[in-house]
Amino acid sequence: MEHKKINLTLKVWRQQDANAKGKFADYKVSVSPDSSFLEMLDDINNDLEKKGMEPITFESDCREGICGTCGLVINGQPHGPIPRIATCQLHMRNFKEGDTIYVEPFRAKAFPIIKDLMVDRSAMDRIMEAGGFISVNTLSVPDGNSIPIPKEVASEAMDAASCIGCGACVAACKNASAMLFVSAKVSQFALLPQGQPERYIRVDEMVKAMDQYGFGNCSNTYACEAECPKGVSIKNIARMNRDYFMAKIK
Amino acid sequence: MAKLDSKIPAGKLEEKWTNHKFNMKLVNPANKRKYDVIVVGTGLAGASAAASLGELGYNVKAFTFHDSARRAHSIAAQGGINAAKNYRNDGDSVYRLFYDTVKGGDFRAREANVYRLAEVSNNIIDQCVGQGVPFAREYGGLLDNRSFGGALVSRTFYAKGQTGQQLLLGAYTAMNRQIKLGKVKLYTRREMLDLVVVDGAAKGIIVRNMLTGEIEKYSAHAVVLATGGYANVYFLSTSAMNCNATAIWRAHKKGAPFANPCYTQIHPTCLPIHGEGQSKLTLMSESLRNDGRIWVSKLKKDMRKPNDIPEEERDYYLERKYPTYGNLSPRDISSRAAKEAIDDGRGAQGQDAVYLDFKDAINRLGKKVIEERYGNLFEIYETITGDNPYESPMKIYPAPHYTMGGLWVDYNLMSTVQGLFVAGEANFSDHGANRLGASALMQGLADGYFIVPYTVGNYLAGDKPVMVKTDHPEFEKAKKNIEEMTAKLLSIKGNRTVDDIHKQLGRIMWNKVGMGRNEKGLKEAIEEIRKLREEFWKNVNVVGQSNDVNQCLERAGRLADYLELGELMALDALNRKESCGGHFREEYQTPEGEALRNDEEYAYVAAWEFAEAGKWNLNKEPLEFESVKLATRSYK
Repeated sequence: MEHKKINLTLKVWRQQDANAKGKFADYKVSVSPDSSFLEMLDDINNDLEKKGMEPITFESDCREGICGTCGLVINGQPHGPIPRIATCQLHMRNFKEGDTIYVEPFRAKAFPIIKDLMVDRSAMDRIMEAGGFISVNTLSVPDGNSIPIPKEVASEAMDAASCIGCGACVAACKNASAMLFVSAKVSQFALLPQGQPERYIRVDEMVKAMDQYGFGNCSNTYACEAECPKGVSIKNIARMNRDYFMAKIK
Repeated sequence: MAKLDSKIPAGKLEEKWTNHKFNMKLVNPANKRKYDVIVVGTGLAGASAAASLGELGYNVKAFTFHDSARRAHSIAAQGGINAAKNYRNDGDSVYRLFYDTVKGGDFRAREANVYRLAEVSNNIIDQCVGQGVPFAREYGGLLDNRSFGGALVSRTFYAKGQTGQQLLLGAYTAMNRQIKLGKVKLYTRREMLDLVVVDGAAKGIIVRNMLTGEIEKYSAHAVVLATGGYANVYFLSTSAMNCNATAIWRAHKKGAPFANPCYTQIHPTCLPIHGEGQSKLTLMSESLRNDGRIWVSKLKKDMRKPNDIPEEERDYYLERKYPTYGNLSPRDISSRAAKEAIDDGRGAQGQDAVYLDFKDAINRLGKKVIEERYGNLFEIYETITGDNPYESPMKIYPAPHYTMGGLWVDYNLMSTVQGLFVAGEANFSDHGANRLGASALMQGLADGYFIVPYTVGNYLAGDKPVMVKTDHPEFEKAKKNIEEMTAKLLSIKGNRTVDDIHKQLGRIMWNKVGMGRNEKGLKEAIEEIRKLREEFWKNVNVVGQSNDVNQCLERAGRLADYLELGELMALDALNRKESCGGHFREEYQTPEGEALRNDEEYAYVAAWEFAEAGKWNLNKEPLEFESVKLATRSYK
């Protein structure tokens, strides 16, 4: 059912490439409150294309809040004003007639801007490649039920594993730290029996890569947890710090 | 004509795969590093194949159009993954999973492939547990299960409502390990635009670097395509925005037959459309049907709020029509039943929607249990619609979700193009005319971890293919063609946007090649698609440059392929004068309105060979059923 449209002013960050100077461009829109934020951008782009003008470059894929592709800073907040959702899950019923909305890319030293609202977050994959895995070959594993895992442990590991790798934690942090992202993976494996053999090598390698790719340090502001679309807990950072300490004295 | 040799090994069904593995040629471990394998797509099938091939010692070049391998759409699968572990002691077995899958697919899948799928299903669970996938557990610490549509046993393993995410991240971490070890080289933000074939064998690919626009060439001894399905031909589907058919379609145009393109799955539990600006459809996991009851009002045009409609005026139509399976009836049947109710004017408050109601389950089990089971799904629903499903029933509507059709492959998952392997949703092999819930994850990982690594080795050891250099004339020619196509797209400068034309195609497909199909509609669809294709090449407006990030150009290239594929889907649907699974021809139904198969004439795989735009040759692979008796599929 279509509801009455609302009128908004958008100020969207446009930047031709990594080296160009960016600026905000203004767009007036009239949008259904049932529309999603990204559908509103689709509409703007369709209008721009009709006029032969370049659409706003932004990334999104699943539009269900799970792939981690989308990520915009909306009015200063990564993924916008509603907690625990990704940008693609933000709907226009959360805005009101006459609002002005600022739309920017995730900003962090480790996330160079590619074009407009699209950034390069590949440094996060480099950290994962450094040690974010359990070394088992295909078919070299025991029966699934031969490794009993208490329900609450499995569930805590699942909570950590629910990270979608969007980078909002980095964008939210004044130090552009990736501690929440890294600690989520470290925790998932540190909690599970399968992760024990490489527990300390893993944290060491991942932290090393995190430092190498220009992410900052954690100063406990909790901004990451507040902006995380999956509510990944900063308890994971504490666990990672403890494991990192253990890795260093071992 | 392409020669379709399914290469199904001889022997008893249960022994085929074991014997075949033993008979396969092996590559000397020292020689494996001399072979290069390209894997396109890094979802479940691609990432697991790349990781396993890397572990074996081959040099793998993996390609994804995403910025990271973790973004593939496998990640969005919610409900779970099937395996025949029989941990529930409820009578499950490899044979039962095999049988359910063949029956669920309405007897249009290849028996031997499906049996192998069921056979390796148990390995998948072990593999994923070993990688640290946090599957749901019981209090005793052992793996938990839930039920899914089309089965009377509880065999679905799950990780909250994020099973696909966790399995994909498992495969992603396995691949990352190989990247660190130097056995897999990952190329991100590369979109495959052509397959390079030399003397009938796949030798490499042409990709567009999506950051610089450069057209790049990569060669290998074998190519594995694991690029997913084509449901986005409908514009609105549950597929991710960037899912597309381009890789398989361009391979099809280079000689790979396309099998059963008309077999598309319309998923019964998606959120209804909110308006013209809708960009995609959102799936609500089928697992909700474990506890939710589906109904509509018995009255036409009933505009009352659902909670104001008394019990006796509700029609729980799935429970009424299919008492044995009820709300867990297979997807095709559930979707069609919803369409029937809506066509009958009984949609929820006059909308294109039916109710999925948890009131009884909440009364029976308590809100807390329901919250534990489906909490995140209920949250998603409320975020999108603004309604609270604990208080009033969800509104759902069917949406294009999965495509059973895909590139034709033999038992080794190899196309008729030698050295071209196709895995996961991109191939046609295991689901027949309808896929059961929680079987897509199973098939993707079965292909990637347990089948392709063997069969690629067999090809390399047996055929001893040679690698050609990327300055070979075929590479040059393919590159030039792509550059010309890009230039052409950018030069049209017409009046219609890419999405505008795509939406029109989607409407044709949904109305005429959707849940119900008939001869007249299909013939009209073919004409309309042809006209639209012509219009696209004359009147589309692709803005921007070729040597830059250009999402408009990306979408245009994909649409160009959909405009051909859509026609083939309609042609295949027109050819198949029977109803089976997701393909429902209105002319062929029982008096009760159920699908009416024609096993005499249509128990075959339709593998279409590309001749020229708008012209295909049909090859038939007869389906032989040795273990399963062909029966009318009944869920009553």
